[in-house]
Amino acid sequence: MIRFTFAALALSSATMAYAETHTIAPGEGAQERLQEALILAEPGDEVVLEAGRFTLTDGLSLDVDGVTVRGAGMEQSVLDFTAQAGAGEGLLVTSDEVTLRDFALENPKGDGIKSKGADNIVYHRIRVTWTNGPDASNGAYGIYPVESTGILIDGTEVSGASDAGIYVGQSSKITVRNSVATDNVAGIEIENSRDAIVTQNYVSRNTGGILVFDLPNLPVMNGGNVRVTNNLVSGNNTPNFAPEGNIVAAVPRGTGIMVMANEKVWIEGNVVHDNPTAPFAILAYTQSYNDTRYNPYPRQVVIAQNNIDGEVNDPDLPGGELLVAAFGGNLPSILWDGLNQEGAQPALAVTGDIPGWSLNLSRQSQSLAEAQPGPLNPTGSGEAWDMDGIGAPAELEARLK
Amino acid sequence: MMRHWLLFLAACCGLAGAISARTPAPVNDAAILDGTPRMLSEFRFFFRPRSQSSHSAIPYELRTPLYSDGADKLRFAYIPAGEQAIADGDGLLQFPVGSALIKTFAFGEGPDRRLIETRVLLHREAGWVALPYIWNDEQTDARLALAGGRIALTRPDGAEISYRIPNKNQCKQCHVKDGAVIPIGPKARNLSAEWLEQAVEWNRLDQVPDVERRIPNWQTVTDHHAEADEASGGADIDAFARGYLDVNCAHCHMPGGSASNSGLDLRWEQDDPVAYGVHKPPVAAGRGAGGLLVSIEPGAPERSILFHRMASTEPGVAMPELGKSTVDDIGLEVIRTWISAMETQ
Repeated sequence: MIRFTFAALALSSATMAYAETHTIAPGEGAQERLQEALILAEPGDEVVLEAGRFTLTDGLSLDVDGVTVRGAGMEQSVLDFTAQAGAGEGLLVTSDEVTLRDFALENPKGDGIKSKGADNIVYHRIRVTWTNGPDASNGAYGIYPVESTGILIDGTEVSGASDAGIYVGQSSKITVRNSVATDNVAGIEIENSRDAIVTQNYVSRNTGGILVFDLPNLPVMNGGNVRVTNNLVSGNNTPNFAPEGNIVAAVPRGTGIMVMANEKVWIEGNVVHDNPTAPFAILAYTQSYNDTRYNPYPRQVVIAQNNIDGEVNDPDLPGGELLVAAFGGNLPSILWDGLNQEGAQPALAVTGDIPGWSLNLSRQSQSLAEAQPGPLNPTGSGEAWDMDGIGAPAELEARLK
Repeated sequence: MMRHWLLFLAACCGLAGAISARTPAPVNDAAILDGTPRMLSEFRFFFRPRSQSSHSAIPYELRTPLYSDGADKLRFAYIPAGEQAIADGDGLLQFPVGSALIKTFAFGEGPDRRLIETRVLLHREAGWVALPYIWNDEQTDARLALAGGRIALTRPDGAEISYRIPNKNQCKQCHVKDGAVIPIGPKARNLSAEWLEQAVEWNRLDQVPDVERRIPNWQTVTDHHAEADEASGGADIDAFARGYLDVNCAHCHMPGGSASNSGLDLRWEQDDPVAYGVHKPPVAAGRGAGGLLVSIEPGAPERSILFHRMASTEPGVAMPELGKSTVDDIGLEVIRTWISAMETQ
């Protein structure tokens, strides 16, 4: 026992010797002092943000592997970008093994935190807020990891993003967990990504709650192997305030969980209430495209048991009122466009008892005006697949302590 | 360009003759290879800092330069004694380890010229390193500014601008490809044939690279701004526009670049119209898209995201994201003409 303690001491003092802490206080020159610390930090170092409000005029960036940026709490240490005059995001991370925790960003002019090509990154208790609420002039993404492998997003809060609050793009091995996404166009979006878990999040007051998309003409495509489980997806009924042209601008107000293209998406155990257009929407890519590598169809989307309220009576769809009347006062909870890829696994399997309806479209990118709505006949019961090893690598959990 | 070289030669000869007793100290090769000098003078690139006179770094110009809020740029390549760069087709000259690329940003002419910042790219054993230096008010030296800075200044045309000096990471943001820092400017296709020949003659370049298609000389656009449409009409406008996009945008918008995730590839050699934006929907543009549906809509610059973002100075919308607080009116006009002239389908 004594020897054990001694060994532990030796270990911790060794760590002390190599890892440095750079403490930054708010106030005069915060931009330069903080940025300089982010540049001069060595792998293993910690950049500590004292409590208070840091007034920043330009984007910050971190390009050193293995650095932790730690604040005094997401309400205590606030990076205020209200006066930002340049750069496309508040904080840009381009190095691996970075941990961001316990601080907030307010009113970045572009995106909040973007991490690109930054493998094994942890976002823990990070808050990104546009303080004026839903507004088309807010930045696009709050938390925005892209082209990365190994992403753990835990206990974060994002609100006001004019695109997606938490947006993971062109990445793999992803967990988005215990987070709150409100008042964004999309609460959480997993795009062109694989091996993702979205679980135990509170997603409310967005236009659409959780989106799992695959889009053409991107370096990384073929999204899939995604689990969306045990989330509270309620009251996503904010009018769409995304600038037109972006794919989320086409998401109808009142959407709960939406899958577009992708393969193997498992949706189970979510509480999906008060999303009055479509608690669940499963669609092929809606637009025409020019990319031979791209598969526009969803394949093997499984909607298992979820808790629904059945109240789907204010759809943001053309002819919505008539539709509601035709279905007897409430639309069924699953909206499907009716499209399967020929010769592939069925687009959708419903293993629970959730009712659905189909637009009965006959081809990809067909106009909704040509829809022939009717009750949904679930297409097969689906096949289980191996989901071992999806989500963020287990070793990232250690950094939450 | 030739004239530039002759001036440079004359300066060297004059110097050697007049003050041979005081031959400037050689460039500090050790500082290029290691360390982080606090002052630019430690490199000893310039023997007269204010006039940016160098005895060992070779001045060069780009046929189409990157727009940086209208700053004049003085570019130099330093190659260690006895070594030479290697030509690589129409692409980047391959500089040996120990080389440095030096770029000074200035506003104003003659005695009114004010040096603002100097960015150096140092080729070390482990790769290229980028460092920014800010000039002092006395214009005698420039101080390392890892965190960059922001300076209010009045341009010669009277415009008051908030000029941004990038921080060290932001240098990398533009200079990165597949995770490594690389130079952007000195590509054979964007250097004059005369300069390349001269460099070979001087043994600083192994051979004159074979350049099939040279990026056009932007000076011909700026000299005849009013007649730009006519002067560059027809097929030429395509070369001017694509040259401009290659130089101003493609360092990020290329595979392996900082904006690779956008899927937009604006390199000179990219010949797939969708890849360089034609009818390409935005991906992660957010509000930057300005409610427009595609990067380029042939015949309609006003409905093209690329044009919209070039025309903006608002952070989060403006492109390029860095080093731009004013719109490049001439560049914008060329892009407008180019998109307008595209055939609609």
